[in-house]
Amino acid sequence: MIFQDKNPGDGRRQWLRYAISVPYLWVLLFFVAPFFIILKISFADPIVAQPPFTALFDWAKTGFEQLQITYDNYLFLIQDRFYSIIYLSSLKMAAVSTLLCLLLGYPMAYFIARQPDRRRNILLLGIILPFWISFLLRVYAWMGLLGTHGVFNNILMALGIIDSPVQMLYNDFAVYVGIVYSYLPFMILPLYANLARMNLDLHDAASDLGAKPWQVFLDVTLPQSKPGIIGGCMLVFIPASGEFVIPALLGGSDTLMIGAVLWDEFFKNRDWPVASAVSVILLLILVPPMMWFQKSQAQQELE
Amino acid sequence: MKNRGLLMLGIVTFGYAFLYVPLISVIVYSFNDSRLVTLWGGFSLRWYGVLLEDGEVLAAAWLSLKIATITATVSVIFATLLALGLNRLGRFQGRALLTMIMTGLLVLPEIIFGISVLFLFISMGEWIGWPTTRGATTITIAHITFATGFAAVVIRTRLGALDQSLEEAAMDLGARPLRTFFDITIPAIAPAMIAGWLLAFTLSLDDVVTASFVSGPGSTTLPMLIFSKVRLGVTPDVNALATVIIVLVSVGVVLAAVITRKKPKPDLA
Repeated sequence: MIFQDKNPGDGRRQWLRYAISVPYLWVLLFFVAPFFIILKISFADPIVAQPPFTALFDWAKTGFEQLQITYDNYLFLIQDRFYSIIYLSSLKMAAVSTLLCLLLGYPMAYFIARQPDRRRNILLLGIILPFWISFLLRVYAWMGLLGTHGVFNNILMALGIIDSPVQMLYNDFAVYVGIVYSYLPFMILPLYANLARMNLDLHDAASDLGAKPWQVFLDVTLPQSKPGIIGGCMLVFIPASGEFVIPALLGGSDTLMIGAVLWDEFFKNRDWPVASAVSVILLLILVPPMMWFQKSQAQQELE
Repeated sequence: MKNRGLLMLGIVTFGYAFLYVPLISVIVYSFNDSRLVTLWGGFSLRWYGVLLEDGEVLAAAWLSLKIATITATVSVIFATLLALGLNRLGRFQGRALLTMIMTGLLVLPEIIFGISVLFLFISMGEWIGWPTTRGATTITIAHITFATGFAAVVIRTRLGALDQSLEEAAMDLGARPLRTFFDITIPAIAPAMIAGWLLAFTLSLDDVVTASFVSGPGSTTLPMLIFSKVRLGVTPDVNALATVIIVLVSVGVVLAAVITRKKPKPDLA
């Protein structure tokens, strides 16, 4: 039996041990096993693996088995400076967006946590509602706002602030806006959950007793909200660094994000082994932040 | 002191405006008669008409709804079992791996998941002869996988807040474990299971990246279709479609909030 009880005597939940193995095997098969397969393909020969469009399925039939192991894909990624620049640029864009989310999200979470129950629920609903509406359509909405003849340019021109349209869409600025906008609820919710558990009135009392409000915030509130900050930041940073839809819709030709490169490598260049190697490296880069997130989650659970 | 409060209020107001201005703008422009999407040409419902006659959109929407319904149903069952296992079984072999998988399901960039699960399907086709083609089935399998991770978070939050002594008492009084599960545990976590179902449904209905990798000829989901339309720029019929979705979701979420308001502490999601 896989799920052996280390604490015998409680046989009551035996059925659960059997029942849980179904979804467990499911995620092992469809989530864990695929990583070993891309790892394997990433060592495949890119020459063999560059079939024309129609031969893709034939190639799939001849099998991955016959492919010979080569390090060429990784050498290619390391030697071509283009890829290092893109990885760094993606991480930078994800990090800056995460910071912006935190700067905007922390005051919002703090504000909501300080409200009386009723108003708190309404304000929270306001954060959660956009999260339920299609991510794709919400990113799309920014195309209408930021475009050359978009809403913002029209308003600014009508007000006479600018004479000709400003380029706001199809550049890095638009991508930052898109990421911060899409991931803001992921930042606010863990922060809120953390802040709501603190007794913020006590912090107020400290300032009433003469402590400077900023001092109380920096010495007490901020350190205590560390788990919420880590949780929120990781929920933004990790997915954002591999983001594809946002740079594809809002970014320009000079926007460098690894998700878009991976997409082109796969769908346009049809180079599966290089696409796999690109994914494997991205995954390796993201493992440390994932572990960090995992650790902070586990600690929070213990509290 | 006063200034600090004002600054905070300013940031919060900006934050909410930031979240809602794009949605309002899409709704307003969906009623725009002009073909030029950003010039106001008078009020009109013509893009809704265009939408209703677009067979491609309707077919894609139907396919997406079917996939999302199956995804939500299966993943909420999986998520409930996994959440129960993690919260009630104590230490068991494979627990550490399972918690890592659950975190991975939440944060892994979709593009990595999409490409790797596609290669799994191809390899499986090669080794065991299934799946031979890719389409609605492979999309559903992929969706169930990642949606399970999200639904489990919602259900675990609820299970964590639940008093275990009721379950213990029922079993002490002789109720069989399965009976306890269906009579005590399930009713107690039902709101979270509904929230988890809806979350899984929404995620499936919204996914463009994973679906693009694992779909096949003839199985274009609604997000894939929308993505191909908007990649070239703003189109008025997508504004109409977005408005329909925004209104439906908003009504649903607000209704759900009102209905569950009497219950103690509504869940976050």
